This record gives sequence, structure tokens and C-alpha cells, in this order.
Amino acid sequence: MTATSTAADRPPRAGLLHRSPRLRVGLLLTPPMLWLGVAYLGALAALFITAFWGQNSFTGTVERTWTLGNFRDLLTIDVYRTVTARTIGIAALVTVLDAVIAFPVALFMAKVASPRTQRALVVALLMPLWASYLVKAYAWRGMLGTGGLVSWVASPFGLDTPGFGITGLIITLAYLWLPYMVLPIYAGLERLPTSLLEASADLGARSGTTLRRVVLPVAFPAIVAGSVFTFSLTMGDYIAVRIVGGPNQMLGNVVFDNVGAANNLPFAAAVATIPVVVMLVYLALVRRTGALENL
Amino acid sequence: MNRTTTTLAAVAGPLLLASVLTACGTSGGSDTAGEPAAQGFTAPDVPMQESLGQKEGEVGILAWPGYAEDGTNDKTVDWVTPFEKQTGCQANVKYFGTSDEALNLMKTGEYDVVSASGDASLRLIASGDAAPVNTDLLKSYADIQPFLKDRDWNSVNGQMYGIPQGWGANLLMYRTDKVKPAPTGWDAVFEKDSPYAGKITAYDSPIYIADAALHLMNTQPDLGIKNPYALDQKQLDAAVAVLKDQRPQVSEYWSDYLKEQQAFTSGDTVLGTTWQFIANLAQADKVPVEAVFPSDGSTGWSDTWMISAKSKHPNCAYAWMDYIASPKVNAQSAEWFGEAPANAKACDFTSDKSFCDTFHAADKAYSDQIWYWTTPIQQCLDGRKDVKCTDYGQWTQAWTEIKG
Repeated sequence: MTATSTAADRPPRAGLLHRSPRLRVGLLLTPPMLWLGVAYLGALAALFITAFWGQNSFTGTVERTWTLGNFRDLLTIDVYRTVTARTIGIAALVTVLDAVIAFPVALFMAKVASPRTQRALVVALLMPLWASYLVKAYAWRGMLGTGGLVSWVASPFGLDTPGFGITGLIITLAYLWLPYMVLPIYAGLERLPTSLLEASADLGARSGTTLRRVVLPVAFPAIVAGSVFTFSLTMGDYIAVRIVGGPNQMLGNVVFDNVGAANNLPFAAAVATIPVVVMLVYLALVRRTGALENL
Repeated sequence: MNRTTTTLAAVAGPLLLASVLTACGTSGGSDTAGEPAAQGFTAPDVPMQESLGQKEGEVGILAWPGYAEDGTNDKTVDWVTPFEKQTGCQANVKYFGTSDEALNLMKTGEYDVVSASGDASLRLIASGDAAPVNTDLLKSYADIQPFLKDRDWNSVNGQMYGIPQGWGANLLMYRTDKVKPAPTGWDAVFEKDSPYAGKITAYDSPIYIADAALHLMNTQPDLGIKNPYALDQKQLDAAVAVLKDQRPQVSEYWSDYLKEQQAFTSGDTVLGTTWQFIANLAQADKVPVEAVFPSDGSTGWSDTWMISAKSKHPNCAYAWMDYIASPKVNAQSAEWFGEAPANAKACDFTSDKSFCDTFHAADKAYSDQIWYWTTPIQQCLDGRKDVKCTDYGQWTQAWTEIKG
């Protein structure tokens, strides 16, 4: 509003909002707070409570009495530890693989490519996100299968396709989540002034040293930010496992099977708290590196 | 410092909410909620329909995909529209993917009839969601194959809880070009150090444990398994051990029939359990596969149309059950789905005249070799009184452990 406009020019309601900043802030913040409070925290709370309920194993009816049985099963039965360890392992490997692939790509995009190529590369990077997750996963199923593209490419070197299993799963997930790693690193490196690289070279640093002591520290928070995406997306995945994971299962499958097959909602809720806890720990670790402050 | 408090708040938020929400719903209780209430099995007292009255004008139908086609998938495949014209009951059809999904949907009370497999039917009866069916009110019931009437999975103490739809066996499928000599029994998928290790498939459901139990029934008689759905703890452990040995040789577990068909087509799987119509689909695509009925018997399914205890349209529901089990319609649905029709007269109406022979529809001896999917319950289904059997909850747990 300029100083020349008077209250009479404006419609009365806009005037009210203009005069009372509290109301304005209140109206602005209510919808997101409701979203956060009801849809997000409320759902988490419901999940947490359900985890303490029991179930009639025959009729499948949820029994609303307090029990720690679900968590006892979770801690005492070996298979859940194995599945949790496997899931975290897969998530970590996918994250590392993505970081290793994404860093050079992002560096090239941000610092080497011409603005025109840069735009083309960003589009190329975003393009796979337009296709459905399922289409991409099934495409990998075709490629990893017997007589598929992977075995065709590998056979001249005396190798064979890894087939359906953990290896195939990690490759597929790394492919699926790669854009979520490249984009943050690219954004981070773009803010790195080229003059810093020149200064480093002027002071006699080789490109290796520049990369290690100038580029990496700047890119690190971005890599960490990207890792939060790839790690959490992998932690929650259960569809790719069913398509390319062979007979293996991840935490998501255990949740899915308990909801879909066993009809045991309380136990599924208890299992679903594991990824939440793992992510909280992960985020706490990330915060300790100080990466989030530098974003 | 500031950050720590925000983090704390974020964690404390749900917990606080949790304690608030507690007020609505949870009753205080001890740690014994895991104790199943359904020891053994007495059907709750649900009244049975005595006579038919005025039709209500609509009916909610819950069905396996393919059981209630209205022409949207294939214009020539439509038996729902004629039903609506004939009876004046508007049919609201909902398809479900698993027995457990059917169970969940039936609990809402929004549906009048359901096509339940044996691993859902007993649970529906026990939870009081299904009502007994007065077979005198169903004209089609007289023509149902006698060997499908009054069975474990569709009746309690001689009271029918529905009208049979059709049945089929889980078969052993193999690639004729890769698996030589041709397998004849389930040994082929359970043997250790199989030459086809890594190319074997199995059905992805706790109910598959029964397949291993059936194998043990034939190979280890000392275990004393009389019915693959009535396993005490020791017998369950033995079946689980068989499946854990099989696990490293499995290429993948299937529950989606298209996925299995594709795996056999590409050769990622060459041997494993299947359904007749998957074999038909693969053979139609010129994949060199053969599906055999194993020499040592097999598990299978037998579906029954059941009526909801909370049905708001019971007269239309009875009309539907009578209609769907009538010879012509039963032939249509069974042929579309790929299973043996329950109605003996349906065989005269199939478009493929050899259909009933392919599916052994009238072959009682063949049907007797099949152990139909039945929900395992604590009270042993084979009549043993001295032990407790393992229930479906334990089977589910075991299945997760098998997959590892």
C-alpha cells in the first residue's frame, strides 16, 4: 500500500486485515498448522496408540486393550531385527551409491556446462520424474531378468545379470531416487562462487586439492540434505522389493503384509514406528554434523 | 539450545496428542489381549432368513475379480445387467484382491453378499459377519455338485452358510524346455539342492504353509499330519523348516498372477505352484509350459457366496445367490475366471465344450485329492482334542520368519 491510498479506497475487509496484523498472521497460519497438527501429528499419534492395542488373531478384530505384546514380539523375534538391519543396510548403500553418482553429475552441471547445456541437463534429470514409479520399476524388472538388457551388456565381459535380489533392488532404488540427490547438490554447488575455485588454483592447489578442500566442504550440507531424501524414501519402500527384490522383504513389506494379509493393524503400527525412530536418529546425527545450519 | 527445544516439542507433540486421544477408545486392560477369544469355534447365533419377500431394489456385491462382470472389461462378458433386468435389483459390485480385504470390507456391513474362499469363510462365520443360508429358498442349490455341499469351509454342524461358486486346485507348473524330466509331485519344489535352484516360485501367502504340510504328510508320516490345516506347534515347526530350506532356492514369491506369468515367460522362473488359468494364459502366449496335478495331491480353493448378517437387502441378496449359481451364469463366471463350476448343469452351457473336462468339474475323485484352503484355528480341524493347533495369526508370523 502506498501512502497516498486512504482507508476509504480499500474494501472494508482488506482494511480490517491491514489494520490487525494478528488476524492476518492468524489466518495465514491456521491452515498449515491444522495440516501439521491434525493430518500429520494426529496420524502419527493414532499410529502410536494403535501399536499398543491387540488383535483377535482369528476374526481379525482389533481389541482396544493396552498391551506391550507387539513391541515384545518386535524385540524378541529375530526376523524383525534381520529385516530392520537389511532395510537400513539397503538404505545406506542406496544413499552412498547415489551420492557417488550424483556428485560428479552435479559438479559438471553447476560449474562446467554452459547455461544452455545446464538447462538441458536439468530437464533431462527431471524427465524420469514424469514417468510413473511403477513403469520405471517394471522396466528394471525387464532389464534385470533372464535375457534382459543387463545380461546382454554384461555377457561379452563374461558376467551375468544379478537377477532379482538385493543387488538388483539397490540398483533400481538408486536409479529411482537419483534426481533427489542430484538436485540438492546442484543447487548447493551453484552457489559456490567460481572465483573461489580460481583463487584456489592461483594459490597453487591442484584440482584434487581444490575438490577436496574447497568444493566438498561447500557441497557437504547439500549431500547430507540429499541423503535425507534417498535414505527415507528407501526406508519406506515396499513396491520395488516386490518387483525386483526376489524373495527378500523390507520393513515396508512387513507392514504391508500385516495390514493386507494378516489384518493385524496394531502389529503393523508397531513395525511402522521403526522407520520413524530410525529417521529421528538419522536426523539427529545429521544435525550434529551441522549440515542443516549451512543449507 | 533453541533447536533442542523445538525438537523436543516435535517429539512431545504426538505423545501429548496420544494421551489426549487415549480418552476415546482404549479400555484399560491387562497384558493378555493377545489371547484369542475364538478358542475352538462356536458359530454366533445369527438368525436365518425364513422366507423371501419384496425385493429391495438394490444389492451390494463383494466379489473376487471376474465373478461379477457387467461388460466393462469385455462387452461380451456380462451377467450382471441381465440380473438387474430380471430381478429389478440394482447391483453395486466391488472387487477385492485378497481374502483379508474381503473380511475387512464385510465388517463394514455395507455389502450384502460376498464370494468367500475357504480361508475367509470360517472367519466370517465366527465373527458373526455371515448369516446362515436357507438353501430351501435357492432353486439352484439342488444342482450343486453334492461333493461341495456341507463341507468344512462352507458349513457349521450341517448348516450351510452359502452357496458354492466353483473350485480349483493349485497346480505344479514347469517350463517343458527347461525342466527335464517332467516333475510329477511337490518333491520337485521342496527337494534340497534342486537342479533348478534360484528358478523356483511359491505362492506368497501364509496359507502356502499348508503346501509344505501336505508334502510332509506324504513324506514324513511319523509327524502324524492328517490335515494340512490342522498343525500343532511341532508340525508347524516342521513345515516351516521345509519352507526355510526352500527359501534360498526361490527366485521369487508370487501373489499377482501376471507377475508369475511374466516370470515363466522370461524364464526367471521355471518351476512352481500355479493356477489353471495362469497356465492357460501362458500357453496362449506360446510359452512352453505345462501344469500338472501333482501325484501326491494338492491344495486348492473352493469359493462360496455368503450373505452378510447385517444385510439391508436380503431378498435381493438371495436373488443374486440363486442367479449366480444357476447353470448358465455359473458356466459364464467359472469359464471367465478359469475354475470348475459348482453347478453340475453348468457344463452344458460352457462355450468351450471340453471346459468341464479340463477343470475336472464333475470328477469327485479329483476333487477329493484337493485340500481346500481353510482357515487354521486353535481347535484342530482333524478332530484331535489332546493338543492345541496353531491358528492363522501364528501362520502369518511364521510366514514372515520364513521369508526372513
